[in-house]
Amino acid sequence: MNTSETAVEMRSISKGFNGVSVLNDVDFEVRTGEVHALAGGNGAGKSTLMKILQGVYQTDSGTILVGGKPVQISSIQDAKAAGIGMVFQEFSLVPSLTVAQNIFLGVEPQGRSGLINDKEAVRRAREVFAEMEIEVDPRAHVSALGTAYWQLTEIAKALAQNAKVLIMDEPTASLARHETDALFDLVERLKRRGISIIYISHRMDEVYRIADRITILRDGRRLLTESLSDVTPEQIVEGIVGKKIEGQLSYQQRGGDAASASPILEARGLTSGKRVRDVSFTLRSGEILGLAGLMGSGRTELARVLFGIDPLDSGEILIRGKKALISNPRRAIAAGLALIPEDRRDQGLVLDHSVRDNLLLPLLDKIARGPLLDGGAGKKLSSSLIQKFAVKVAHPNKPVRLLSGGNQQKVVLAKWLGTEPDVLILDEPTAGVDIGTKSEILDMIRELADAGKAVIVISSEYPELLAVSDRVLVLRDGSITRDLERSEIADEESLQLAVQGV
Amino acid sequence: MNNRTISTTAPEPGGLAAVRGRFGELDWRRYVIYIGFVVVFAFFAVLLRDQGFLSPNNLLNIFRQTATITVIAVGMTYVIACAEIDLSVGSTAGLSSVCTAMALSQWGIVPGILAGLAVGLVVGSLNGALVSLLGIPSFLVTLGMLGIAVGVAQWITASAPQPILNDTFNTIFGSGNIGPVPGLLVWSAIFVAIGAVVLSRTKFGRQVLATGGNRTAADFTGINTKRIKFQVLLISGVVASVAGMLYAGRLESGRFQWGAGDELSAIAAVILGGTSLFGGAGSVVGTLFGALLIGLINNGLILAGLDSSQQQVVRGAIIILAVALARKK
Repeated sequence: MNTSETAVEMRSISKGFNGVSVLNDVDFEVRTGEVHALAGGNGAGKSTLMKILQGVYQTDSGTILVGGKPVQISSIQDAKAAGIGMVFQEFSLVPSLTVAQNIFLGVEPQGRSGLINDKEAVRRAREVFAEMEIEVDPRAHVSALGTAYWQLTEIAKALAQNAKVLIMDEPTASLARHETDALFDLVERLKRRGISIIYISHRMDEVYRIADRITILRDGRRLLTESLSDVTPEQIVEGIVGKKIEGQLSYQQRGGDAASASPILEARGLTSGKRVRDVSFTLRSGEILGLAGLMGSGRTELARVLFGIDPLDSGEILIRGKKALISNPRRAIAAGLALIPEDRRDQGLVLDHSVRDNLLLPLLDKIARGPLLDGGAGKKLSSSLIQKFAVKVAHPNKPVRLLSGGNQQKVVLAKWLGTEPDVLILDEPTAGVDIGTKSEILDMIRELADAGKAVIVISSEYPELLAVSDRVLVLRDGSITRDLERSEIADEESLQLAVQGV
Repeated sequence: MNNRTISTTAPEPGGLAAVRGRFGELDWRRYVIYIGFVVVFAFFAVLLRDQGFLSPNNLLNIFRQTATITVIAVGMTYVIACAEIDLSVGSTAGLSSVCTAMALSQWGIVPGILAGLAVGLVVGSLNGALVSLLGIPSFLVTLGMLGIAVGVAQWITASAPQPILNDTFNTIFGSGNIGPVPGLLVWSAIFVAIGAVVLSRTKFGRQVLATGGNRTAADFTGINTKRIKFQVLLISGVVASVAGMLYAGRLESGRFQWGAGDELSAIAAVILGGTSLFGGAGSVVGTLFGALLIGLINNGLILAGLDSSQQQVVRGAIIILAVALARKK
């Protein structure tokens, strides 16, 4: 491998913001046709390093070499010209345009008249997709396609601009299993064509599955670069977190017998649209119920129905044995429910508002004194929540937008747990969160159940689901296909088989 | 919870960074309206000292002339902070002045005031219902309402001014003074004070800001965002109808032209005052200074002897400059 040539090399890169050093003398090298994983906790400097490579930030010192030659990357255009493409985590497509129009956005093929030649764009888009060996209609409007196709379009866009190095940031975060498989197949094909991929992911299994080497950053410095065959998962986790964590991702038998506890929430024949069909289950206090299923299996939709966001066509919800009419989130909250939504940036937080304002939003009644809000009480309450959930904030008055993903998620959790709900529904609670925060969140879930709360956890990460759930419901096409006690599930493999329905 | 002992503040390496972090909150851009106000004031005070700019009478005049815009802009602050817009406020004020004047001459002062408020309630509810229930963008709803309200006002009066001969009404709404203080100044002060407290210190105010900042998240948090949108447009309509009565009282008549074009001055005042055009952030006190700055500029330019065409150009340029300076990086 040492003989293979270098696609991109970043030499002793340093970068600081306002006098705070974020990257310190970091070396990073990607070989041609290599999948190179980039790992590190939140704030380790991964995204800053990648933004330097993309031309979003300029490095304070150090050099970047592409294909062995030093290049000056001082804008996104420079990066594109050097052959560096980015597959964005938040997709950068215009939904109202077609796939072909998006791929050639800004570099539209023109006819002799100087007008845009859409036919040519479609033809060239077809070529790109043919090379990728996938089928996408270039004339389809992006808004009509699923998330997986958005990503493929992103990749095609980069390839059409002759990218030699692709940066993929958590590319599987919103993909179902088979979509992930398809993406990995594509990555293999791209590798064979000599395209290098920088792969940023928190999912260890994926890193082992497709990456050749891994570089771990910690506190703005490079900790190690190793071939994945020479490094164990424990070493990687240790490298990221900085200390050894044990047990957080394995199931812990908790005290108390959930089966004998009184039911808090009963769902009877819930049906809503096409995604939730005749779903019935019982949730007891102190129980953690996992919901497993592929994307589109109705997991999120079930949560939305329980929380009153989507209307119920038929069926009923009972809270502590009494029928509850949950027609909107306000009633759900009044009934003692809380939902940590799937998309924290869009559904969970007002990003431009301060951490404090976000925390207090569902708790305004608690800090009201007559018609006015008591500022002092608000400060006290928000500070106690920040402390209790160990949210790392520079100041509670700073916009929540400035926090890392993990800390933003903690704010959402703290905000909802401040309402002291009886039933907590968590939809993908650890998506895009570093492994340290992840284990903190899983611990938190266990602690809440121990305190007698009933918890529903939705996750596409099976190890996580298996780590916390006392019982797992498997959903497919909106219906429950399996109801499994934790003891009935031997390992991740068997849960995956249950989800796939084999 | 073995690893839950992390401190609440992230360590900031270096004393300098820590200091900067603290003073970063005193971002001058947020206070550009106050700085701009002082600069423009000082500029006119020096330049126009011989034209009587600083005379108490002239200064009170500035307050008098900006009172209606200030009142309208307080309501507008709520609408814009909620990520909506209300273009119908000016013509609502005109319709209110007309209805008040007509009802007053027929049935007396109390029915007159009620008629004016009824205009605001009806227009505001219609705007609110169309926006929140049918989901039509407020820009379009209130643009349509702008035409409807001014059309109705012109129609029912056959374009004729409606004189108000009731001295009590004229004294309360505009012409009167409380000691040396013009009544209009008191009106603005009341609206600004209530508006500022409600927006920053009540549950409703918080919910308006959250709805404007991220409607989906507000919905998920159990805020009835449809109701909030309805309420801000209702508030804006009612407040505009009070402004209409202030016009009627000051000018001792109701006319469909009163308030024409005020929507633009009010929006300018709100944006100058630091309220985000995209919603989510708003300051009523900022709005007051935005309105006063516009009034100050109008007054100074008149005293400086510019004619109205030149005034418009300078006013437009100053507004663009101020907003450009205040914008977030």
